[in-house]
Amino acid sequence: MSREKKSNRTAGWMGIQRGHNAHPIEWLAEKFIFLVSLSAIVMVFLIFAFVLREALPVVLGKMDSAAVQPVIPVADMDKIPADELRTYLELTPEQFAKINHDTKKMLMESKVEGAQEVPDNPDAKLNTIKWRYLIFPHQWSGYAKPAYIWQPISDIKKYNIIPLIIGSVKTTIVALLFAVPLALGAAIYVSQLANPRAKEFIKPAIEMLSGIPSVVAGFFALIIMATVLQKVFGYESRLNSFVAGIALGFAIIPVVFSLAEDALTSVPRAYTQAALALGASRWQAAWQVVLPAAIPGVSAAIILGFGRAIGETMIVLMASGNASIMSWNIFDSARTITATIAAELAEAVFGGDHYRLLFLIGALLFLVTFLTNMAGELVMNRLKKRLEGKS
Amino acid sequence: MAEITLPKLNLSDAPAAPAINAPTLIEINQVSLYYGASKALKNISVNLGEKIVTAFIGPSGCGKSTLLRCINRMNDLIDNVRIEGSMKVAGQDIYAKDVDVIELRKRIGMVFQKSNPFPKSIYENIAYGLRLHGMKKKSELDEHIEQSLRGAAIWDEVKDRLHTSALGLSGGQQQRICIARAIAIKPEIILMDEPASALDPLATARIEELILELKKNFTIVIVTHNMQQAARISDYTAFFYIGELIEFDTTTKIFTNPAKKQTEDYVTGRFG
Repeated sequence: MSREKKSNRTAGWMGIQRGHNAHPIEWLAEKFIFLVSLSAIVMVFLIFAFVLREALPVVLGKMDSAAVQPVIPVADMDKIPADELRTYLELTPEQFAKINHDTKKMLMESKVEGAQEVPDNPDAKLNTIKWRYLIFPHQWSGYAKPAYIWQPISDIKKYNIIPLIIGSVKTTIVALLFAVPLALGAAIYVSQLANPRAKEFIKPAIEMLSGIPSVVAGFFALIIMATVLQKVFGYESRLNSFVAGIALGFAIIPVVFSLAEDALTSVPRAYTQAALALGASRWQAAWQVVLPAAIPGVSAAIILGFGRAIGETMIVLMASGNASIMSWNIFDSARTITATIAAELAEAVFGGDHYRLLFLIGALLFLVTFLTNMAGELVMNRLKKRLEGKS
Repeated sequence: MAEITLPKLNLSDAPAAPAINAPTLIEINQVSLYYGASKALKNISVNLGEKIVTAFIGPSGCGKSTLLRCINRMNDLIDNVRIEGSMKVAGQDIYAKDVDVIELRKRIGMVFQKSNPFPKSIYENIAYGLRLHGMKKKSELDEHIEQSLRGAAIWDEVKDRLHTSALGLSGGQQQRICIARAIAIKPEIILMDEPASALDPLATARIEELILELKKNFTIVIVTHNMQQAARISDYTAFFYIGELIEFDTTTKIFTNPAKKQTEDYVTGRFG
């Protein structure tokens, strides 16, 4: 009797051991979602690995862009080892095995001919893809002083990436200086000061800005804004990083606004009430209490805006003037990293110096946004902890 | 008449004897308040005395917090609120057109139900109100901050960690920081909206002790759900029910010999 009771009871409790079998659909859905999020991480990693792989020969200094290469006379063809010959002819082992002796000879002759077409320039011997030419100024022959030059399609290929970096940085700075105050101001207004009716109208209006395709924004900047701004400020070159930065600013306002508004709205109303009860005006409460309390979220918004600005391509391609000038003046034309990649990659020889260099600056861009995000995350965590009194 | 059992507390003052002769500070005359179409307060008239503790009691939703928030015009912040009648503090109509709400709130401090210190350091929490009202000198700030923290009976617990976040303190400590913040700007009236409802009994006892201490210098109006608390700390008690003021009298009278049946039922725990 008592044994029977016990076993009944055990049977009743068996259900707790079924684990995921009890809710198979939920279990499947959960695993599926996990896989999806995992694939996002894998994608990011794969893209970075691909970009880095293409850029690696440049990073390691294995490329040689010198126009003047050592030439082996055709007569010596049979004297050198097959392996050396293969490297000289730039062939893979399979290709090398497939072609016959005569073809190899023809290839050698074309090499010799190629060497005769080398431009008559002392710089032709330089391997311009070395790091010191990529980042330091060099006095090219015919130039009065050392200069930073990006000219990937000239006789002597000049690959200095500093003008591109400066182009990207100054355009981004203009965009942030323009967009962040406006977006934050709007976020503070909408989340703290506006009456509900105004809020209902302003919030969707700003967020609609993000729906403008960037090519349309670029077009608008190119045709209208450039002319208007030139008339107002009276600078020389019509397209420059100032115009591009302002247009870019319009693209990142909704990004910064949305996130900052969320962060500000999620600050407990109790803080505002406490400040008001102490005799603060609504503006003081918003500015001195709510904004500092929302700083982690607000800085996340700004960092995301930065990432968007430095990575945006179409607007800067259309509105920046695309001249790789080494200048910090925002009223000079500029060429950003992104615009360079977009404009030149299609024409670069697959696997060539130029091609690999474009991947290198792509990797650089990736690294910059990645590091900014990470640093932002660290700072935000620390700020959050300090606000919550945990450190 | 059921006895109200008071838990033994180590209070510095015994439950206050009714201070009948306190001069009137707050005159509430025929005040009605509407949230949209619904009437939350119905023709409330009551005079509250100076430098005593007045308790508002009553079941949830009876309008006691709403009335409290009328006194420093915190209801202004809610949309669709309409107030009728007149409310005077020290003889001045606080709903008159030319009243500076900011100046009013400086004179009428408030402590909220849920402790809400700013996510700043303890020092900055107290300094905020002082700076709002124009105090800039560091030495002056330091002095006032110490004074306020001492006044709120929390100085000894926080003096070594003034520059750490106030959110790292316990609930009871946070509430005393809020009281220190309220008294720092030297208001004349302190409104307390269930200041101890989220605290454990020990922390509650400390707050009550503090209130009895504070009434020497401030006029205190406190909303509470806890009838023993009202009995322990207040001089006068107002009982509200569904937007109406049912009875207002000395606390002793309300709790021992109320005039109205409803009041008696409520204070003896028969409903509410």
